[in-house]
Amino acid sequence: MDEFDRLLINRLQHGLPLVRHPWEALAEELGSTSEALRERVQALLDDGTLTRFGPMFDIDRLGGAFTLAALSVPEARFDEVAAQLEAMPEVAHNYRREHRWNMWFVLGCETPQGIAESIARIEAETGLAVLNLPKEETFHVGLHFPV
Amino acid sequence: MSVCTSPSDDGLTRRLIVLTEAGLPLVADPWAWLAGELGIDVDATLALLQRLQADGAIRRIAAIPNHYRLGYRHNGMTVWDVDDAEIARLGALIGAQPFVSHCYRRPRQEGWPYNLFAMVHGRDASDIEAYRNQIRALLGNACRANEMLVSSRILKKTGLRLATQRRA
Repeated sequence: MDEFDRLLINRLQHGLPLVRHPWEALAEELGSTSEALRERVQALLDDGTLTRFGPMFDIDRLGGAFTLAALSVPEARFDEVAAQLEAMPEVAHNYRREHRWNMWFVLGCETPQGIAESIARIEAETGLAVLNLPKEETFHVGLHFPV
Repeated sequence: MSVCTSPSDDGLTRRLIVLTEAGLPLVADPWAWLAGELGIDVDATLALLQRLQADGAIRRIAAIPNHYRLGYRHNGMTVWDVDDAEIARLGALIGAQPFVSHCYRRPRQEGWPYNLFAMVHGRDASDIEAYRNQIRALLGNACRANEMLVSSRILKKTGLRLATQRRA
């Protein structure tokens, strides 16, 4: 990753301008060309520096639902339960955290009912109780990592 | 669906979500590509995106970095048991700290006494400990207990996938 990549990553975390020719606009801003920018973004996606490039939807505003949930998984069953969640498209993210509640995941569904059904399914398939912690108020969302 | 979009937007928006779940193709004219997929003209496509972004339904069309790869290998979910009478003010204060990426109020549950969540990221373990201490100082006596849950492994990070979910 060179200086230009850093500049590009920082700029692209703020979003593509919603103008008729966004890559040209960005190329002008960064002193590059549309083609060169898109090639760099593809390379950064390919090597795993970026995980995704695209619209970030706020599913709550679209009638969908998210929740943060956790499981307390016995160590001997940890990988097995991780694989069960891996197979569910409703599970958007899953992290191990060092705590009694050692598996933390985000469920994303089109409806609140979908969340309830997913939780019931996880409890039935794993035999473990789900700690369900839906957000009640958002104070801040602004993931930005200066590089 | 959002109150700020017209009913005809709703079907288009859902298709837009499905079309871009894995990302926006890196083509020279992305709005023309989307327009072709949605079967509407390019100006209407751009206007739809502008409405959705103004409405907050699209936060932005942006790159999501792998923060581990960028050196932010330490992430801590700090959780706090904050006095209900003070949480609106203190949640806003904690959310405004530059080192906090996400900050939410969530319900307490049986065996889970914490109602304020603030996510912090750092390049070293000492960074996130320092951030936790700063939050502790800001919350003062309004906070009864806290913990920091450090992530040790990403098990899954695909983001939202509606297209592959089973229909009810």
